[in-house]
Amino acid sequence: MRQRVIPGLGVSLGITLLYLSTIVLLPLAALVLQAAQIELAQLLAILSSPRTLAAIRVTVTTALIATLFNAVYGLLLAWVLARYEFPGKSLLDALIDVPFALPTAVAGLALVALFAKNGWFGAPLAGIGIEVAYTPLGIMIAMAFTSIPFVVRSVQPVLETLPRDVEEAASTLGANQWQIMRAVIFPAILPALLSGCALSFARSLGEFGAVIFIAGNLPMKTEIVSLLTFIRLEEFDYVAAAAIACTMLFAAFMMLLVINAIQSWQLRYVGRGE
Amino acid sequence: MTDIAHRSAPAANAAVPRVGDGPAVRNIALVAAFVLTAIVIVAPLAVIFAAAFSVGLDGYLKNVLEPATRHAIFLTVLTSIVVVPINIGFGIVAAWTVTKFVFPGRNLLVTLIDLPFSISPIVAGVAYLFVYGAQGLLGPLLDQLGIKIMFALPAIFLASMFVTAPFVARELIPLMQTQGTGDEEAALSLGASGFQTFLMVTLPNIKWALLYGAILCNARVMGEFGAVSVVSGNVRGVTNTLPLQVELLYNDYNVAGAFAAASLLTVLALVTIIIKAIVARSSGGPKHG
Repeated sequence: MRQRVIPGLGVSLGITLLYLSTIVLLPLAALVLQAAQIELAQLLAILSSPRTLAAIRVTVTTALIATLFNAVYGLLLAWVLARYEFPGKSLLDALIDVPFALPTAVAGLALVALFAKNGWFGAPLAGIGIEVAYTPLGIMIAMAFTSIPFVVRSVQPVLETLPRDVEEAASTLGANQWQIMRAVIFPAILPALLSGCALSFARSLGEFGAVIFIAGNLPMKTEIVSLLTFIRLEEFDYVAAAAIACTMLFAAFMMLLVINAIQSWQLRYVGRGE
Repeated sequence: MTDIAHRSAPAANAAVPRVGDGPAVRNIALVAAFVLTAIVIVAPLAVIFAAAFSVGLDGYLKNVLEPATRHAIFLTVLTSIVVVPINIGFGIVAAWTVTKFVFPGRNLLVTLIDLPFSISPIVAGVAYLFVYGAQGLLGPLLDQLGIKIMFALPAIFLASMFVTAPFVARELIPLMQTQGTGDEEAALSLGASGFQTFLMVTLPNIKWALLYGAILCNARVMGEFGAVSVVSGNVRGVTNTLPLQVELLYNDYNVAGAFAAASLLTVLALVTIIIKAIVARSSGGPKHG
């Protein structure tokens, strides 16, 4: 009964539902409706065409590798920020927000300038035979850049609140540093790490702006799924665009389920520790 | 540091160093973190300004003040002026709904509010096309009425609203959840109206989180590329926002012009991060993400 005291449930719930329905649900429903009108045989033909399959393969592989990079780099940043005091700490902490604050088109432009053959990093890399711009490696770098903060911001709070006494207990019982790391710290941060990785992977799958500058966008080689959707639209092939976009939407929902499952596991884990 | 010293006796501290506190591990981790961050985050920022000013200050100013870029700036600011207040309003109402009341389907509603975060901006743009485009649900009707939404300003506003709908709400919800309803109930029992209670009790409690959500929302609105790219139709000098202008100039081989436009958005991003740090410090509030 307590909640009834506060006025305005009807109005505020009404406004919230109305806004979400018109801004979020209506377009998504329209997309699904459009895709539902496609005949199954045609849908399968679109999704199993060599170009679509190649785009899916390129996107998933590069997103996975970008996520792996962010798992390592994110863990390192989270560890350094949670465990050590050092000059420049708040600067480092603030810099981690750059990939979220910087528009993706600007990130793409900056990365292609850095990694082009005459760029700051591209020139020395070309000297040892590594090409980044206009190759899958470039796509990975763009995806990794735009999703850096996910792992850091998932793991950092968990590391900061990790109680000191469990490590001391392990140490008193004769565990060495490596054993404490493996048996005490790592299990505690694993759910947060996985959740950060899943968020990073989901973001990379749908990334567009940062990637298209550096990818070169060669069909079958460096074309990602979101760009293929865009190209189908420009060709006025709305059927194919709807089919591919709806597949991306489905993948996003699957990732959302995975992320929710990991996060409820994480909550149970935290609950058990208390 | 003092915090740690208070919590455990110095003797125990010396006897049981924490994992990774040894100088070797610490130094390697710190150097690796700084070197990687310099390569991955600082270098992209630096290259934008280096390239933008490679044509000198005069050339830079000429690029920034070029009419098409000026128009793109205008359009970006206009979009922000329209979209950010709407999503601030929505964020407050949505957060109020899910934190001050208990009702069936509440968790589903929270998931729904967060949904745009999970959806690729390209998918959002395509979805809008199937509502307001010529072949969309409402396309024929709008055509009859002579209302143009797709490939025009309204579509840019709508797509930006979709992408940034969760920004304010997601900052407010955790905070208002922990604050509960006690303050509001006290005010109401003392005879305040619902609106007075919101204005004088709830709003002061959430002002920092609200400001924080609003600046993040603004940064994303001004920087959104994918969704706007699909729905704007890229009409040169008419529906090009600043991020689209960056791409257009780059494709036109006007690299210095592209970087000049990009430098403005970079300054916006840096200002956003600085305000975020100040807000986090003043409120002691949201430190992460």
